[in-house]
Amino acid sequence: MLQHVFNGLVGGSFLALVALGLAVIFGMLRVVNFAHGAIYMLGAFGALALTGEAFWAALVVVPVGLGLLGMVLERTVVNRLARLDPLYNFLLTFGLTLVLQDLVKWRYGVQSSPYPTPAGLGGSVDFGLFDFPAYRVFVLVVAAIVCFGVWFLLSRTRLGLIVRACTERPELSAALGVNVGRWVTPVFGFGVALAGLAGVLAAPMRAVHPLMGADLIIVVFAVVVIGGLGSIFGSVAAAFAIGVLQALSEAYLDSALVSQILVYVVMAAVLLWRPSGLFGREESPA
Amino acid sequence: MRKIALLCGVALVAAGCGGGGPSTSGGGKLSDDKVVFGVLNDQSGVYAQLSGKNSIKAVELAIADYKAKYGDKAVAKNIVVEAADHQNKPDVANAKAAELYDRKAVDAILDVPTSSAALKVADVAKEKKKLYFNITAATMDLTGKSCNKYTFHYAYDTYMLANGTGKTVTDQGAKSWYLVYPDYLFGQDMTASFEAAVTKAGGKVVAKDPAPFPNASGDFSTYLLKAPNLNPKPDVLGTMQAGAELVALVKQYNEFKLREKGVGLAVGLMFLTDIHSLTPDALAGTTYTDAWYWNYDLRNREFADRFFQATGTRPTFAHAANYSAALQYLEAVQANGTDDADTIVKYLEGRTVEDVFLRSGKIRAEDHRVVHDAYLAKVRSSKEVKEPWDYVDVLKTIPAADAFRAPSADCKL
Repeated sequence: MLQHVFNGLVGGSFLALVALGLAVIFGMLRVVNFAHGAIYMLGAFGALALTGEAFWAALVVVPVGLGLLGMVLERTVVNRLARLDPLYNFLLTFGLTLVLQDLVKWRYGVQSSPYPTPAGLGGSVDFGLFDFPAYRVFVLVVAAIVCFGVWFLLSRTRLGLIVRACTERPELSAALGVNVGRWVTPVFGFGVALAGLAGVLAAPMRAVHPLMGADLIIVVFAVVVIGGLGSIFGSVAAAFAIGVLQALSEAYLDSALVSQILVYVVMAAVLLWRPSGLFGREESPA
Repeated sequence: MRKIALLCGVALVAAGCGGGGPSTSGGGKLSDDKVVFGVLNDQSGVYAQLSGKNSIKAVELAIADYKAKYGDKAVAKNIVVEAADHQNKPDVANAKAAELYDRKAVDAILDVPTSSAALKVADVAKEKKKLYFNITAATMDLTGKSCNKYTFHYAYDTYMLANGTGKTVTDQGAKSWYLVYPDYLFGQDMTASFEAAVTKAGGKVVAKDPAPFPNASGDFSTYLLKAPNLNPKPDVLGTMQAGAELVALVKQYNEFKLREKGVGLAVGLMFLTDIHSLTPDALAGTTYTDAWYWNYDLRNREFADRFFQATGTRPTFAHAANYSAALQYLEAVQANGTDDADTIVKYLEGRTVEDVFLRSGKIRAEDHRVVHDAYLAKVRSSKEVKEPWDYVDVLKTIPAADAFRAPSADCKL
């Protein structure tokens, strides 16, 4: 029992990391970034391109590189559609997903590419009652640090205050002398970098193939909706909860159907009960 | 009057205008004056690597061999390959198969991975009365309740895989099994076949778990965590996952160090391309059943070399079987001087056949199962791999007579 709960937390921490970037971008920019899954996939392939020995380097280089790519995308395309119906950016990022997936297919083919466990993390950690792969414990720790860091940055620092002001009341902030445009691009890039980081972390423990993000992103969207669109804390909490529920249902129920639809059933229930999600705020009148 | 009709028929054939359908008058004619193969498979998705576009190359090799063998005496001088992508979707497969037969004048459809899609194509072949050689689907329904006169099941099925791997691994001492399978037709069939084979060999399935399919998160940790703690502890974990899911599961099997904890790994269905993706070390020591292996003997190797020249990779059993099916079809056309479907079916039924893929091959008349030798293989560690792609040792040959189940009573041709 205990080990399945722990396993669920590890799975949840990984979901949280992917959901976090999505929540940051939506929470700050009101852009539903459908390309998040493709960026996650690019993160894994980025790690692959730098090869296994350079895992630690990839952990830094790939998210930074993808973050820069995200900033370029924001400047060149996303920004132009920001004032229109959110649907336009949804379609744009969906199109980007298809382009990125096919580019990777073209370069790497459709089969999964091998990626080794990084040196030093191949062992197990003994928790007394059970032992667990060291790499997964590492992922849990990294995810926890990053999630806490982002939450702290946005809600407890002056920088976070400015960013929130810029994104929630752009006109008012501008009137108070803040250069709003300067903040939007880095925030988008930061969200994209988080997806890239999750991708790098996924490479040693998941199958690395062009559609890995497309499969995952649907679940992550559901997690973000459960947590409350735009709520950083909500997304992370929902991710952990779903991770644990999923692990327990897989371990103790005889039907795969339940674990497969679980996240969507929870989403539907939450939406009926609280339409803005567990921790979401009602849309404030602009 | 009859004479005029006959003349018209001949004129039509001579003009290469096939609007009237296959003409058998004269006995030595080809419909449209040509033989057309339709390779229908997954050309961009999860099964594209194990078969896909390279299967078209394999069929082209068969055509080249046929032409080289018969030269001027070849009945089929003009042979065309049409290809279509069914995206592993049954409805797409259905539409594409009809289009191939009707609009592209295809005489025989080849390949068709994904069981549900394969069964749809069998229905189309039956309706259009055209030949269909299924290569890459595993379902036994093709030679069971969905069998029909025009459908042949060529390379393998779930019984062959389970009987080879399940029986042998149990015989080797792994008496208790834990089965994990994707929760859809293929996985359920495989699990039933494995459980039967293991039980028959004196083993026991101590637990079995359906995993979500498709598995969106690509994570199987729950089952891997559960495996060593089951009571009694299983000797071996049997996975029925395929493609990218198999890759993820094996990766995580190693991560959770199950081999060190005394839980071995047996894989239901695996292709050479899967081992290539995972690298042999991830799978070293794993036993599985292969329908054909490229470096088994010189004859296979020679084919594999030609295939390598054309594609840059070594052939999977699916590629070799596509080659074989195309070749045997052309041989049948040559022997009968016609591509009339009913004539060809009659000729093939009960026939003993032998080529690079079919060893001790026989096309059963009762259910159109093509039986042949199968192989039990074990994956090498990277230290033992002496040349690229040479990833396995063939432990033993499973004779054709034992490799497949007896004809099913469900099949009425």
